[in-house]
Amino acid sequence: MAVETQNNASDRLSAEIAGLDALELGGKQRGSIAGRLWGRLWPMGIAVLLVLAVWEIVVLSGRWPEYVLAGPTTVIPELGARLADPEFYSAVAVTMRRALVGFALAMLIGLIIGALVSRIRPLRAGVGSLITGLQTMPSIAWFPLSILLFGLTETAILFVVILGAAPSIANGLIAGVDYTPPILLRAGHMLGFRRLQLYRLVILPASLPSFLAGLKQGWAFAWRSLMAGELLVIIANQASIGEQLHYARELADSAGLLATMIIILFIGIVVDMVFEAADTSLRRRWGLHQARN
Amino acid sequence: MTAPLTEHTESRPEGATPAVRLAGVSKMYGTGKAGILALDNVDLTVAQGEFVCLLGASGCGKSTMLSLVAGLDAPSAGKIDLDGRRVSLMFQEPALFPWLTVSANVEMALRAKKLDKRQRRASALEFLDMVHLGGFGDKRPHELSGGMRQRVALARSLAQDSDVLLMDEPFGALDAMTRDLLHDELERIWRERTLAVLFVTHNVREAVRLGDRVVLLSSRPGKVVQDFPVTLARPRRTDSTEVARIAAEITDHLRTEVVRHAR
Ligand SMILES: Nc1ncnc2c1ncn2[C@@H]1O[C@H](COP(=O)(O)OP(=O)(O)OP(=O)(O)O)[C@@H](O)[C@H]1O
Ligand SMILES: [Mg+2]
Repeated sequence: MAVETQNNASDRLSAEIAGLDALELGGKQRGSIAGRLWGRLWPMGIAVLLVLAVWEIVVLSGRWPEYVLAGPTTVIPELGARLADPEFYSAVAVTMRRALVGFALAMLIGLIIGALVSRIRPLRAGVGSLITGLQTMPSIAWFPLSILLFGLTETAILFVVILGAAPSIANGLIAGVDYTPPILLRAGHMLGFRRLQLYRLVILPASLPSFLAGLKQGWAFAWRSLMAGELLVIIANQASIGEQLHYARELADSAGLLATMIIILFIGIVVDMVFEAADTSLRRRWGLHQARN
Repeated sequence: MTAPLTEHTESRPEGATPAVRLAGVSKMYGTGKAGILALDNVDLTVAQGEFVCLLGASGCGKSTMLSLVAGLDAPSAGKIDLDGRRVSLMFQEPALFPWLTVSANVEMALRAKKLDKRQRRASALEFLDMVHLGGFGDKRPHELSGGMRQRVALARSLAQDSDVLLMDEPFGALDAMTRDLLHDELERIWRERTLAVLFVTHNVREAVRLGDRVVLLSSRPGKVVQDFPVTLARPRRTDSTEVARIAAEITDHLRTEVVRHAR
């Protein structure tokens, strides 16, 4: 009987504590997906309209003839025509394949180099600054060498794409390892993790946000290098976005050139949004997101 | 019945084996003129199965002492002897891994044991139940309040199944009711496992409620100045008059210590 009352009392206490905890947690709110999408879409729509208006005004000013600078009214139908053309999609597919292969290889190489450099002290001083140096090197400066080494081949393009992206990715990882909160290292140490296990269970996950930032920057470099490469290295029978850009200029096809540029911009924005979504979801899971105003 | 209140006496039960032994331990941060002597020639012994509470002004070196005992830092002088015992340290901040769920955080402490995934998860939930957070296993640390995070950290420390438990102001962020409950829980586990506990707190009553001994550290540099055995029968209550009386006495000593320092 006494035990029972004691149990009841402790049950009540537990319930009270659960109540307190519920109070401490509070409610949380997130808008609906449609609402959030709309919130992002309308400012973008306004920005696009603004750009189109400025463009049209410049065209109407008559500074350049129509075959040099086409207006939105000709470019947009041209864009529509391309979107209906299967050849266009094969060009996009070639470019995206190069982008993905190059980026994936850059990620692998950046990961390996970053991991080694962040782990091995002597590598640190030399290779660390070399990586930062590589990052500041304009990728187009690599093409002459790359073409000498590999000829006018896809390898030449991929080589430069990798050189453009890998340093950023490696640097992102190194920075993440460097800025792992010391308290988490101590916690890992206290839990008995040493060396590789500490690296795998604590340091690598802790550097994920910085690594993601490096990936995003690496992608920007990869995309730029790829476009430069496709303009310079024209491979027969392999239509690509950069190649279309090249021929549009040769043929003074202003509308086609601008339509292609819009597609390049569009792809860049879409990929950036993917990275942003990954970053946002990571921040939300980690509780790093700032309160929206 | 009144508790004896003597200074500088070792009240360890006869024949109890020492679990933690600090002998002449000093810790200097930095070197030369800019160096800070955080601990100066500290001697302290905690027996297996003994609960020692550490009191002292802020900045007197309590956290330093715990990280030395935990082996996270090396003393500048002196010796720390654990005789091969396993230590777990509950930090002053929760120090949870933000990329893991609450239960995965506790599971990190169970990796040393040869358990499969399901057993590990079940065991983690048991420890979370001990700190009354059984229903929060799938939450992320940032979704919890500060006090709840401390309780997760406590569960993680307990899950390590060590012989020596070091706790740095573990219940600082808790409301009185939850704290009382966790005192009971901690006392129970301490008894069950005959742990050696070194418990840092700023709350004198909490120290008297839990400790077999209350050790007072002076500031700048940190030194053991007084050692009060608390012989009140257990279970004690934080709001009992005996606890309050002894706490008042210790507070007086603390105050003179602080005043001495102000001069
Ligand atoms: N890593 C460090 N480098 C330099 N000085 C340090 C370091 N850690 C602690 N100190 C100094 O050592 C002294 C003791 O610090 P410690 O954190 O141990 O105090 P504490 O007793 O735990 O204080 P609190 O009660 O506020 O937690 C302080 O003067 C502090 O400035
Ligand atoms: Mg402290």
